[in-house]
Amino acid sequence: MDLLNNFDTAVLVNVAYIAASILFIVGLKMLGSPDTARRGNLLSSTGMLLAVLVTLADQSIIDFTWILVGLISGGVIGCLAATRVQMTSMPEMVAIFNGFGGIASLLVGSAEFVRESDYLFPIFLTVLIGGLTFTGSLVAYGKLSEILGGRPTLYKGQQIVNSILLLLIAATGIEMIFLQQIFTASETLLILCGLAMVLGILFVIPIGGADMPVVIALLNSFSGLAACAAGFVIENNVLIVAGALVGASGLILTNIMCKAMNRSLANVLFSGFGSVSEDTSSGSVEQGEVKPISSSDAYLILEAASSVLIVPGYGMAVAQAQHAVRELGELLESNGAEVKYAIHPVAGRMPGHMNVLLAEANVSYDVLVEPDDVNPIMETVDVCMVIGANDVVNPDAKDNEGSPIYGMPIIEVDNSKTVFVLKRSMASGFAGIQNPLFFKQNSRMLFGDAKETVSELVAEFKA
Amino acid sequence: MEGQILLLFILVLAIFLGIELITKVPSTLHTPLMSGANAISGITLVGALLSSGSGETITTILGTAAVFFATINVIGGYLVTNRMLGMFKKKQ
Repeated sequence: MDLLNNFDTAVLVNVAYIAASILFIVGLKMLGSPDTARRGNLLSSTGMLLAVLVTLADQSIIDFTWILVGLISGGVIGCLAATRVQMTSMPEMVAIFNGFGGIASLLVGSAEFVRESDYLFPIFLTVLIGGLTFTGSLVAYGKLSEILGGRPTLYKGQQIVNSILLLLIAATGIEMIFLQQIFTASETLLILCGLAMVLGILFVIPIGGADMPVVIALLNSFSGLAACAAGFVIENNVLIVAGALVGASGLILTNIMCKAMNRSLANVLFSGFGSVSEDTSSGSVEQGEVKPISSSDAYLILEAASSVLIVPGYGMAVAQAQHAVRELGELLESNGAEVKYAIHPVAGRMPGHMNVLLAEANVSYDVLVEPDDVNPIMETVDVCMVIGANDVVNPDAKDNEGSPIYGMPIIEVDNSKTVFVLKRSMASGFAGIQNPLFFKQNSRMLFGDAKETVSELVAEFKA
Repeated sequence: MEGQILLLFILVLAIFLGIELITKVPSTLHTPLMSGANAISGITLVGALLSSGSGETITTILGTAAVFFATINVIGGYLVTNRMLGMFKKKQ
């Protein structure tokens, strides 16, 4: 009788896990459109709740005290973080959450190792991926929140150090899985944790701030793969399905980001892009003078424009100018102009960052367009307003073969009739590259804080 | 061993399914996609719960820490995604 009961519970638990997996899958599918996305997220979270509840019913759990401690403390912190974070700081938040996912998987793998699980290879992978995701994400967090410098850290013999580290990890893996002679089990585990964490740090420090969207996407993928590996350790389907979905999602975003910069993943990870600005301006020294414009003169041009394209970049986020920008957009529209927002896939510090900021400011998502939509009709645009974007509108990407960003698809604002560049100063962008756009015939510079400049324009319209 | 092969089979299918699903997500929603995916990766919580409630000292310590981190990931991830998605509006 008891046996029958056990059998029934096991089946029931697994059916619940299947249901949870379905909810995750349907939830992700509903993220395919902004209309259904919110319900999709709700479904996905219902799946998570279901998975957690049936797990709590598992008979191998004999003490709930510590579970509650973990759930409540983690829940409170998660709640606070999620409700307080500024939309401009989303990249940092996602980075650190990736790290938490990584360390959680590492701990689960370690706990199973301590219990002398037989699945040593999956444990090895869980600890390795979890550890490197954790420290890699912390470094990414540091760079994004500017606790650490955004510049890539490069040193001599970097590749050699990395190779040695990988060899040591492989050796530890062999000791852990096959030999089990040189060290005690817990020593091996600690060594592996340490090596994985060092690997995570060394993996992210050489990557420049401008490449952070790629790194976050990749670490996102890793956090999923770590959960996946943990699924092999505890032989649990739902971990594998959920982890694989996240892993695939991160990989696809990584790929999109790399394509948007016309670079390979290997190039992003190992080149230390943006570390040196040596011969970057070699092909475009004939730069000439920039032509500043006052906001009242800019107003006159905008007032006469019948189509305006706004190109936001990270600078808009820093200046918190998104609300003022939306107000200006509305005024332009009521003045009879067609207003669109062109968003480059790598604008901002994470995939889709600009879209969220504009959504926060109540800009309707159907006026947001991609470079491929606007580039062919750029000649017909009266005014392009570049707000805090730099590298994604740099014409060197198509004209100057010597430029490090040569070949990167850009928003070709230089083809429009007039370009306003809102910029604090003449300093080069995040990637540290000169931008010949500023010196073009049809470019006018609106110097100053983006929020103030846009507010001045808004005031002119209202006057 | 046979169990592990079966799990591998599920993994392969799930990855293909994931690729199909995610390529259809528009770039406008990439940030909520990441934070939502992030929350899903907190599924490791399931494993953490079992360790945390095992009653063995070291496993409990490791498991409780894992529950803590995974819960931040799950709760924080879903809430912030919900908050973001609530902002996406179409022109009325």
